Amino acid sequence: MKRLLKGARVVDPANGVDGQFDVLTDGARVVQVGRDLPESLAAGGEVIHLPQRLVICPGFIDMHVHLREPGQEHKETVATGVLSAVTGGFTAVACMPNTRPVNDSAGVTQLILQKAREANLARVYPIGAVSRGQKGEELADIAELHAAGCVAVTDDGLPISTALLARRALEYTRMFGMPVIEHCEDQSLKGEGCAHEGPVAASLGLKGIPGAAEAITAGRDILLAEMTGGHVHIAHMSAWTTLEAVRQGKSRGVKVTAEVCPHHFTLTDDLLASPVPYDTNTKMNPPLREARDRDAMLAGIADGSVDVIATDHAPHHADEKNVEFDKAPFGIVGLETAVPICLDRLVGAGVIGLPRLVEMMSVNPARILNVQGGSLAPGAVADLTIIDPELRVTIDRAALKSKSKNTPYHGYTFTGGVAATIVGGRVVYANHAAGWPGEGR
Amino acid sequence: MDIVTPATALSQRHLLGIAELTPGEILLILDTAVAMKEVGQRAIKKVPTLRGQTVANLFFEPSTRTRTSFEVAEKRLSADTLSIAVSTSSVVKGETLIDTVHNIEAMSPSMIVLRHASSGAAHLLSRVCGARIINAGDGMHEHPTQALLDAFTIREKKGRLAGLKVAIVGDLLHSRVLRSNVLLLTRLGAEVWVCGPATLIPPGLEALGVHVTTRVEEAVADADAVMMLRIQLERMQGHFFPSLREYFLMFGLTEQRLALARPDCLVMHPGPINRGVEIASEVADGPQSVILEQVANGIAVRMAVLFLLAGGAEHETVA
Repeated sequence: MKRLLKGARVVDPANGVDGQFDVLTDGARVVQVGRDLPESLAAGGEVIHLPQRLVICPGFIDMHVHLREPGQEHKETVATGVLSAVTGGFTAVACMPNTRPVNDSAGVTQLILQKAREANLARVYPIGAVSRGQKGEELADIAELHAAGCVAVTDDGLPISTALLARRALEYTRMFGMPVIEHCEDQSLKGEGCAHEGPVAASLGLKGIPGAAEAITAGRDILLAEMTGGHVHIAHMSAWTTLEAVRQGKSRGVKVTAEVCPHHFTLTDDLLASPVPYDTNTKMNPPLREARDRDAMLAGIADGSVDVIATDHAPHHADEKNVEFDKAPFGIVGLETAVPICLDRLVGAGVIGLPRLVEMMSVNPARILNVQGGSLAPGAVADLTIIDPELRVTIDRAALKSKSKNTPYHGYTFTGGVAATIVGGRVVYANHAAGWPGEGR
Repeated sequence: MDIVTPATALSQRHLLGIAELTPGEILLILDTAVAMKEVGQRAIKKVPTLRGQTVANLFFEPSTRTRTSFEVAEKRLSADTLSIAVSTSSVVKGETLIDTVHNIEAMSPSMIVLRHASSGAAHLLSRVCGARIINAGDGMHEHPTQALLDAFTIREKKGRLAGLKVAIVGDLLHSRVLRSNVLLLTRLGAEVWVCGPATLIPPGLEALGVHVTTRVEEAVADADAVMMLRIQLERMQGHFFPSLREYFLMFGLTEQRLALARPDCLVMHPGPINRGVEIASEVADGPQSVILEQVANGIAVRMAVLFLLAGGAEHETVA
C-alpha cells in the first residue's frame, strides 16, 4: 500500500535533506521524498496530512538495549522491550548478549529473532558475546553468531577480560565487518565500586568507580584497534578522559566510534545525594559522573566526537531495586525517555541541530552495525521516526510500557516527543496528542 | 562558649546522620546528654521517660559496644528493648532488609536502632518505616551517635568545641566515624585536621572543610584532641599499606608524637583499639586518654537521642 505523508519537515542528513517535504512510501520501502508531491501518487493508498511542526526522520536505532530474554523475563521480554522501543520512537534496537543463557550461540540468537518476529514491532538486531559464556576465556563462535544474525559482538556488562582476548576479537571480527562493542571498565579499579569516585561518593560513604577505570580500557582497545585494523565501538562513554582517548584515536585514523547515554549528558552524581538520598534509580554502570564529565559529553556531542546516542536500556524489577544502594543492580530504563531528553536538552538547548541528532540516533548506528535504515533515499526501508519538537512530555514511571519502571527521570518534563513510529511502512505507534491524525483507541 | 544557640526540639523524625542536624540541634542533644549523664550517676539509674515504648535494636553487623550502649541507654529510660543480631535474623534466608524491618515493625516499636553494612540503609528504612530510625552506623557513611559522644566528651573536658584543633588519624576512606565527626566538628567551629596514608584518603575530603595531611606530626601539632581511628584489618587486603608495622611507624600515636600536641590534649578512640597498630599502649592507657570516658558518655548521649526523638524537648525534665 502506498502512503503519502504531507506537510511536515523532513530531516534526512544522509541525503542532505532538511526542509518541508513530502514522503511517499510503498509498502516497506521509501519511494520518494519531494516538495509538494501530488496526492495522485498515492492513488489506492492513503494520504496523511501532518502538522507543519512535525519532523519525519529516518527511524531511530538504539544500539544498546538489554531485552533480558531469555532468562530474566521478570525484568523485560523481547515483546515488552520492543513495545517500549516503538513507544519511545525507536524503529530498531540492538540487544546485548548478557542474557541467561548468554547469547553466545546461534540457538539463543534465533530464539531472540523468533520472539522479535512474534512481537512484530521494532526490528531487533541481536549482539553476540565476544567470549563463550562471557567468561573472558575463549572466543565465542563468532562466525556462527554472525551467520545467525548477530550484528556485533560484546561482553557488555563486563569488559573483554584481557588485552589478548580483545586483540583476537578485533582481528577475528574483521572477517565479518562487525564492530567489537566494549564495556570499558578496568575491573581491578572498579572493585566493589557502586558510584562515581568523587566528593559525592566520599560523603555518602559509597565505594567509588574512578573515571580512569573506563578510560584505561578504552585506551587499551583503541590501541588494539589501531594495531589490528579492527573496529572498536566504545559503549556508554561517561568520563571526560575516555572522550579524550576517543578523540586521539579518531585523529590518528583508528576505527573507533563511541556512544553516549542520555543520563550521562544530563545528570551528575549530585542526584545520588538529593533529592532522594541513595535512590537506586540513580545507580547505573558506568555511574553518573561529575559536571566536568557531563559537560565533556555535551561538548563531544556538539563537536562530532560522539557518534551515537544509545540508551543502555537496563530494566530491573522494583523488588531488585528496592534494596540497599550497594546491593541494588546497576541500570535504568531508557527507551521511552531518550527522545524527549535529546530533543529538549540537546536540540532545544541549542547544543546541536536536529540533523546532527538524527545522525547520532539513526544514520550512525545503521552504519556502525551495517544494518538497513539511517536514510530516506528511494528504495530505503520505510522505517520512520516522526517527532513533535513542541510536545510537552512529563515522564511518569507508571505509564512506561517497559516491564520495568526504574527511571531517574520520573516527574521530569521535557519539550519534544514522539508523534509516530513507522516500521517497514507500518504505523506501529501513533501519538494523537502530538498531532498525528486520529483520536486513538 | 559555643556561639550557637541550642534548638528547642529536633525537627526530624529520625537520626540518620549528622548531615541532617543543624548546629542548634547538635547542641540540644549535647545539653540534654548532660542531664542524662546525671541520671547515670544516681544510685538508681533509671527514669520512666520511655515506659511502655518498645525500641528495637537491629544489628546487621557485629557490634558489642554500640549495641550494649544503646541497650543500657534504653533500659535507663525504661523502654522495652528487643535486640536482633544478624546471626539470629532471617536475613540469611534471603529476606530483604525492608521485609525484615516490616516484620519487626509489626511488633510496634516506636524506634528502631539500625546498624548495617550498607551506606544509606538508614535512609532507605526511613522512607518505608513508621517507626523512628536511629542510625547506629551505616556502611562507610555515618555513625552519628559516635560523633555526638565524641563531641560531648571534648566539650565536657574543654568547655567548648569552637576554635579547638582536633586531629583525626587513620583510615579516612572507610570510616563512618570520620564522616560524622568531620560534619559535627566543622559545624560547631572546630578546626579539624585529618591524616592517614594517601591510599586511605577519599577524593574530595577537603571539600568538607578540613585540613588533609599525610604527616601525622603536622596533624597532631598543638592539637586539643587527637582521635585515632581503628584500622579495620579485614578491610586492608594488602592494598592500602604494606604492613601493620609500617603503618604504626608512620601513623601510630606514640608518646613522642603526642608530645607535639598541647599538654592537655585529649587522646580519643572509638574502639575497639588495636594496640601497637594505631595507638601505643602507653598512650592508650596514659593520663591523657579519655577512651573509657567516651564509652560512659556514649550511654548519656544515646539516652538524649532516644529522649528527644520520642518527643522530649528542652522545657521538659527527665526526673
